[in-house]
Amino acid sequence: MIQTIAFYLFAVLVIASAVMVIMSRNPVHSVLWLILAFFNAAGLMVLVGAEFIAMLLVIVYVGAVAVLFLFVVMMLDIDFAELRAGFIKNFPLGIAIAAILLAELVLGIGAYRVGAIELGTPDGASAPLLDRSNIESIGALLYRDYIFLFEAAGIILLVAMVGAIVLTHRKGPADARGQQDIGKQNRRRPEEATVMKQPGIGKGVEL
Amino acid sequence: MTEFFQSLGMNYEFAWFTATIAGVLLIALPLMLAVAMIIYVDRKVWAAINLRRGPNVVGPFGLLQSFADGLKVFLQETIIPSAANKGIFILAPIVTFTVALAAWAVIPFDAGVVLANINVGLLYILAISSLSVYGVVMSGWASNSKYPFFSAMRAAAQMISYEVSIGFILVCIVLFAGTFNLTGIVLGQEAFGLGLINAYVVHPLIFPIWVMFFISCLAETQRVPFDLTEAESELVAGYQTEYSSMSFALFWLGEYANILLMCSLNTLLFFGGWLPPLNIDLIPWFDIPGIIWFLLKTFFFFFMFSWVMATVPRYRYDQLMRLGWKVFLPLSLFFIVVISGYLMATGHFGGAA
Repeated sequence: MIQTIAFYLFAVLVIASAVMVIMSRNPVHSVLWLILAFFNAAGLMVLVGAEFIAMLLVIVYVGAVAVLFLFVVMMLDIDFAELRAGFIKNFPLGIAIAAILLAELVLGIGAYRVGAIELGTPDGASAPLLDRSNIESIGALLYRDYIFLFEAAGIILLVAMVGAIVLTHRKGPADARGQQDIGKQNRRRPEEATVMKQPGIGKGVEL
Repeated sequence: MTEFFQSLGMNYEFAWFTATIAGVLLIALPLMLAVAMIIYVDRKVWAAINLRRGPNVVGPFGLLQSFADGLKVFLQETIIPSAANKGIFILAPIVTFTVALAAWAVIPFDAGVVLANINVGLLYILAISSLSVYGVVMSGWASNSKYPFFSAMRAAAQMISYEVSIGFILVCIVLFAGTFNLTGIVLGQEAFGLGLINAYVVHPLIFPIWVMFFISCLAETQRVPFDLTEAESELVAGYQTEYSSMSFALFWLGEYANILLMCSLNTLLFFGGWLPPLNIDLIPWFDIPGIIWFLLKTFFFFFMFSWVMATVPRYRYDQLMRLGWKVFLPLSLFFIVVISGYLMATGHFGGAA
């Protein structure tokens, strides 16, 4: 009973907040609704027993990606009038994309109703369910069965990251403002940073 | 506890529900009390190091100071700036406070004394602590004021940066323990050091990552020397500048509940949780309840937090970012490699390495 209540609570909240993401006028509110949607999706995943995926969803999407979203959206100076003008301009394109998506959905569901395509059974599909936790099964899958694909994905991401850094990295002249030499800062001692002066009465100090 | 309520004649689901509510109250209410007392301890330690007296007027030795402060903010007027984004402005302290309490659900106080003994406990802690940035960011933005906004920006960048290194450090501990379950991690520390000491930290490879973890905890909870989000010389009072009354108090409570959480994480992950320090029965300290050990160790770490606060000057913001990304991140990655290699070499993963 309590599972049913929890499921409907999470499901209704996911849908409601997803609607609010596109309905709310303030983009920051949109991002906050999006975060609520992520969070409730994580709740749904916990309900079906995928607690590891749920935690990853919260850590990666809510904890990192959405924060950056929020960061960017908060700093943007958004002109609402222009946004609405853009809405009118892009309206036909939006309708076209929506129609295509709808057609695909109808086709897909229709095809599914007719009967699934016979693709054959994957290897090991008949193997008994192991009494293992989520983490162990995912770990076994990623690091044993599909290790090369997993590593390849990792390398692609690494290359993308290095590329992004190379594209944005600018090295100015060595003594430019903003180029700090941390070692030099740490080596600095009071003897070279401050001077004690004992000016005589009525005399100025030359630094 | 479910069995107890079942014995009162409830069916299983209702008994479970009641037991969970009772468990939540049993954790949350003492936690609130602990936060009030820990604020007092914080001020006393700070005062002692500064050669002052600290709070000593309200109650015996000033023990009731926090409650007097609480009463004061409770009676104040809640001011909401007219230019503020009202809904989010009110929501922000509530988020901070709720998130700070939610993480305590998986903390084991003693063997079996835990509200939710889930097997992804450590990930849950990581997930919840990554949420705590929202309270700060929301309050900073909703205040519609420059200084809180700057503070929110700083807080977001700072907390994300240090979460990365905390994550890698936790991976090292998980490698040693072989589980994400906090109870399992504590039990893995039993007789860890030469069959004698119940703590991971005595291992020469773990001690350096504990030092990094402790410093990252300071940054994650925005304590001195990393309290740039509320640096009063630069940002008035940071993200809470526009807050008053109970909304301000909720920020306070949430902040200290987070600090206590980090102290208890230090205890659980590195110092053997509720286990006594040594695994030999020289004096009968296995008769002391585990929760006493747990609270003593947590209190010790809180003392270290206060000690740091009283003695260390504040970092500059670029130094903070440099420490996070250029020092801790490579170091913790390096330690993951070294520890994995060490564990493979010593046959920790079942010999078949």
